[in-house]
Amino acid sequence: MNGLIELFQYNFFLNAVAAALLAGISCGIAGTYIVSRRKVFISGGITHASFGGIGLAYFLGLPPLLGAAFFAVFAAFGIQFLSHKAEIREDSSIAIWWSLGMALGIIFIYMTPGYVPNLMSYLFGSILTVSAPELWLMLALTIVLAGFFILFFRPILYISFDENFARTTGIPVNLFNYLLLALVALTIVLNIRVVGIILILSLLTIPQATANLFTRSFKKMIFMSTAIAFLGAFSGLMFSYFADIPSGAAIIFTLVIVFGIVKLLKTFCKWQKTRKN
Amino acid sequence: MSLILEIKNLNISYDGTRVVENASLNVSEGDFLGVIGPNGGGKTTLLKAILGLVKPDSGTIRFHFKKEDKAIGYLPQINQIDHKFPITVIDVVRSGKTRKIKKFSLKGGPEIEKAIALLGEMGIQKLKDKAIGELSGGQMQRVFLCRALMSDPELLILDEPDTFVDNNFENELYGKLRELNKRMAIMLVSHDIGTIAQYVKTIACVNLHLHYHPSNKISTEQLASYNCPLQIITHGQIPHTVLKTHED
Repeated sequence: MNGLIELFQYNFFLNAVAAALLAGISCGIAGTYIVSRRKVFISGGITHASFGGIGLAYFLGLPPLLGAAFFAVFAAFGIQFLSHKAEIREDSSIAIWWSLGMALGIIFIYMTPGYVPNLMSYLFGSILTVSAPELWLMLALTIVLAGFFILFFRPILYISFDENFARTTGIPVNLFNYLLLALVALTIVLNIRVVGIILILSLLTIPQATANLFTRSFKKMIFMSTAIAFLGAFSGLMFSYFADIPSGAAIIFTLVIVFGIVKLLKTFCKWQKTRKN
Repeated sequence: MSLILEIKNLNISYDGTRVVENASLNVSEGDFLGVIGPNGGGKTTLLKAILGLVKPDSGTIRFHFKKEDKAIGYLPQINQIDHKFPITVIDVVRSGKTRKIKKFSLKGGPEIEKAIALLGEMGIQKLKDKAIGELSGGQMQRVFLCRALMSDPELLILDEPDTFVDNNFENELYGKLRELNKRMAIMLVSHDIGTIAQYVKTIACVNLHLHYHPSNKISTEQLASYNCPLQIITHGQIPHTVLKTHED
C-alpha cells in the first residue's frame, strides 16, 4: 500500500495516469464509432501506415508523432479514396496502405544513421515515458474529439447507422465521413505512445466489445467503453509496474481478461435463467 | 392532379454497365405506382437516382413539391441495414427528419413527440427504447416506415417493404399504405406483382427500359412484351386479382 502512495508522488507516474485517462476518453469515443460502423480493419490500416511517418520523421530529424499524424490522415483518406473512386476493393485497399506504411517505416529507419532511440516504444507503447508536451497534445485532441461528438451527436449517429438514408435527409455525409476519419486517425496516432502501433487496435475495440455486452445504445456505449478503457489502462499500468512487464502488453492483457470474465458471467447468468424456466 | 415528379430520358450506369436506359416517368399527386421488374433490372437504381444517391449519366429528374424541402420519404431494403448497430427504435425514427445541418439541436422535444406519435399509429409505441436488433422483421419494417414518414413527405418511396414479413403484416402494411396514399403519392418497388397489383393504381415495369402501364391490370403477355419476365406469385390467403388479357 505504501508503495502505491509513493508512486503517486512521481511525476512520470502522474503523467501515466493522465495519459490513461485521456486514452480512455479518446479511444472510448473513436472506438465506439469505428466498432459500430465496422471500420475496425480500416483503423488497423491507418495505424500501421502511420509507422511510415514515424520512420520518415526519424530520418528527417522531426518529431515522430508529427510524421505519424501526417501519414495516418493521408492513409485514411487514401483508403477512402481508393475504394470509392478507383474501384479497388476496400479490404485490398486497406492492405495496400497497411503494408506500404510498414515498408516505408522500415526503409527510413534503416537509412537513418546511428541508433534509433525509442523505436520500441512506438511499436509496443510505453505509457510510463509519456512526456508533458505529448500529454497536452492528447488533451487538445480529446477536447476536439469530445466537442465534435457532443455538437454533432445526432448526425454522426444517423450517418453511422444508415449512410444512404442520412444522405436523403440532407446531412453532408461525405464531409462528416472525412472529418470523422481524420479524427479517428489522429486519435490512433496520439494513443500510439500509450499502447503502441501493434496493440492500439485493442484499445479501440475491446472496451467497446465489453460495453456492448451491457448496452445497445450508441451513447451509453461511448460512456461505458471510456470507463472500461480507463480502468483497463490504469490497472494494466499498476500490473506492469508491480510485475515488471511491458505496460502496453499489460494493459491489453488486463482488458482481455476483463472482457473474458464479463462474457463468462453473462453467459452463466443466461444459462441460469433458462435452466430456471 | 398536379405533377410531383418528372423524369425525362434518364440514363444510369453502374460500374460501367447501363442499367437504366432512356427512362421517362411522371408521378402526380395521389398516385400509387408499383415498380416491378426482374432482379438486377434497375428498379433500385432508378429509386436511388430519384433520391439523389446515384448520379445519372444524362436525363433530368425534376421535383414539383409544395414544400420547400425535398419532401421524399424513403424506406430502403431491410437487408441493407446493420441489425447489430447500437441504436434504439426512437432514435431510428427521429433520424427521418429532413433538415439543414445548422438546425441540429441537442434537445428535440417536438421531434420526439412526433416520433412517438408515429410509433403509436403503427401500434409499436412500447418498443421505442428497444435496440433495433431485438425486433422482428415486421416490427423493423414498421419502424422504418415511421422513419420515412417523419418529415411528412409528399412522395413516399418504398423499396421491397414486403420482404422478411409475414402475411398478416403484409396485409396490414398495404392497408396502411392505402390510407397514407390519401395524403401522399407512393412509389413501391416489389418483386411480388401478384400482391401489389391489388393495391397500386398504376404500374411501371423496369428492365433496363421503363414501360409505364396506366392501370393495375397487367397481363403476363404484356409483361413479356415489355421484356419484363416475371413470375407471378400469389399467396393462398390473399384474394386474387384476375388479370385481364388485352385484345391486341
